[in-house]
Amino acid sequence: MIGIEHYIVVSSILFVLGVLGIFLNRKNVIVILMAIELILLAVNINLVAFSSFLHDLTGQIFAMFVLTVAAGEAAVGLAILVIYFRRRGTIAVDDVNRMKG
Amino acid sequence: MDWGHVLRLIAPEQVLSLAGLALLLVAAWGGDKASRLITWAAVAMLAVSAVLVVPALCSGAEGADTLLFYGQLRVDAFAAYAKLLIYAAAGASLLVAPAFFDQAKAMRAEYPVLVLFATLGMGIMVSATDLISLYIGLEMNSLAAYVLAAFLRTDERSAEAGLKYFVLGALASGILLFGMSLVYGFAGTTSFDGIHAATTSGMNAGMIVAVTFVLAGLAFKISAVPFHMWTPDVYEGAPTPVTLFFASAPKVAAMALTMRVALDAFGAQVHVWQQIVIFAALASIIVGALGAIGQSNIKRLLAYSSINNVGFILIGLAAATPAGAAAMLTYLAIYVAMTVAGFVAVLMLKDENGDPVEAIADLAGLSRERRVLALCIAAVMFSLAGIPPLFGFWGKFVVFQAAVQAGLIPLAAIGIAASVIGAFYYLKVVKVMYFDEPVGKAWGKSDWVHQALLLIATLAISPLGYLATKCLASYADKAAAALFHLV
Repeated sequence: MIGIEHYIVVSSILFVLGVLGIFLNRKNVIVILMAIELILLAVNINLVAFSSFLHDLTGQIFAMFVLTVAAGEAAVGLAILVIYFRRRGTIAVDDVNRMKG
Repeated sequence: MDWGHVLRLIAPEQVLSLAGLALLLVAAWGGDKASRLITWAAVAMLAVSAVLVVPALCSGAEGADTLLFYGQLRVDAFAAYAKLLIYAAAGASLLVAPAFFDQAKAMRAEYPVLVLFATLGMGIMVSATDLISLYIGLEMNSLAAYVLAAFLRTDERSAEAGLKYFVLGALASGILLFGMSLVYGFAGTTSFDGIHAATTSGMNAGMIVAVTFVLAGLAFKISAVPFHMWTPDVYEGAPTPVTLFFASAPKVAAMALTMRVALDAFGAQVHVWQQIVIFAALASIIVGALGAIGQSNIKRLLAYSSINNVGFILIGLAAATPAGAAAMLTYLAIYVAMTVAGFVAVLMLKDENGDPVEAIADLAGLSRERRVLALCIAAVMFSLAGIPPLFGFWGKFVVFQAAVQAGLIPLAAIGIAASVIGAFYYLKVVKVMYFDEPVGKAWGKSDWVHQALLLIATLAISPLGYLATKCLASYADKAAAALFHLV
């Protein structure tokens, strides 16, 4: 029998993978965008699982909003990436260091 | 639910959203030639919204009447107070933009439209009483802000600032959202009132994890240590009018949001988050002060100064009392005035060709040639350091007073000690301007709008500001009372 705990474990694993994808990745900014998407999907799994567990629709409505915002966020992120690439000719993470810090 | 009543209460948001959409059409039609017209129209719309907000603040609005859309938004005195600060900061960042972007030949009509949409999102953030409306408001603000950071498309630093802000902002939203999904799971509801009711008898371990995630996400947005690392880079790279905007309006909105989440939704279990807030406050004050010492760029210096100030504001949150909340609101008002004055002064630092000067070393001997500007920068620096005759002192005073009243005497003592470290780098700037040999940079002429704004903001933080303490305190008290449902 699959219970609510299994869903939380899966979503937690996805969330941690997403966060590690942002911090450990040294190659490509596109991978960071994918990692962000992974985090948001982990959240959606949580919301939908809780919604079904609680017999309450709010979580599923929330998941719809998250999906919509995720689409907008990806669009804005890619647009910024394009202007960055135009100036610098690279999207390697290690090269994002024009300012110290 | 009476729709006439609802529409009256959200009138400021309606004005902003309709104005944003209409001006976007004008921008599409008129192109960049219309950008000045659109900027002035956007400022006028912000002024209209501010007027519409005033009644809620003056009447100290509170009670069931202020709750809209089945508990999604609460238009009370607290939201009204925060909105007025946000509109003022957004208006300032619009007014200074044309002169700056004209110099870079990059004045585009989208700038005021993006600022309007970000402001709309911030209005929703400070009114939100439900996790869903909180998230929508936050993202509406953030998505516009990412684009604004990268607005100077031909500038490498601006593009890099946009990229960094986007990645770290999206990560923060993800962390916040994961926390919110856990809150929903353990409390069974997304409304702040429901979460408060579900946690009155205590929090289980899962809920404590959720609270930590939510606070970590919010700490990113207010740039509190340990989630502050994006701030100096983004503040340095973003065009200066945008930096002015980032340092003032979204900070007020995120801070007000944090107050509502911590004191309203999680207000039943203060001890769960109090330790986290105390740590973030002290770490922000110390890292902000120490990090600023080695900086050679004035925008980075002001970024560390804003981290430092966030720490002082969080001391009021750690107190978790109505007096603490009122102190935070007072500090936020003074902080907005100081930030606007500081960044407008940075905008006015130009060389003879009109190109911006950002290195602190280039300010050497500024007092010989541009007395008024040097005097204003000195006033801002003394005020940020909290040195008494200036108004910045009052903000620190009320925050420490609230902390002592709440029994957090060690916290207040460490905070005061750390503010002495902070004074060092503020005074260093004054020393460079007044006592170093002139290098002849930063002597270019400045725009009259910048001069007028700098004068107004500097007057507000000068000792004249103390005339307003009574009025400021009464509105802050009303707002804090509404936040704690005390009216």
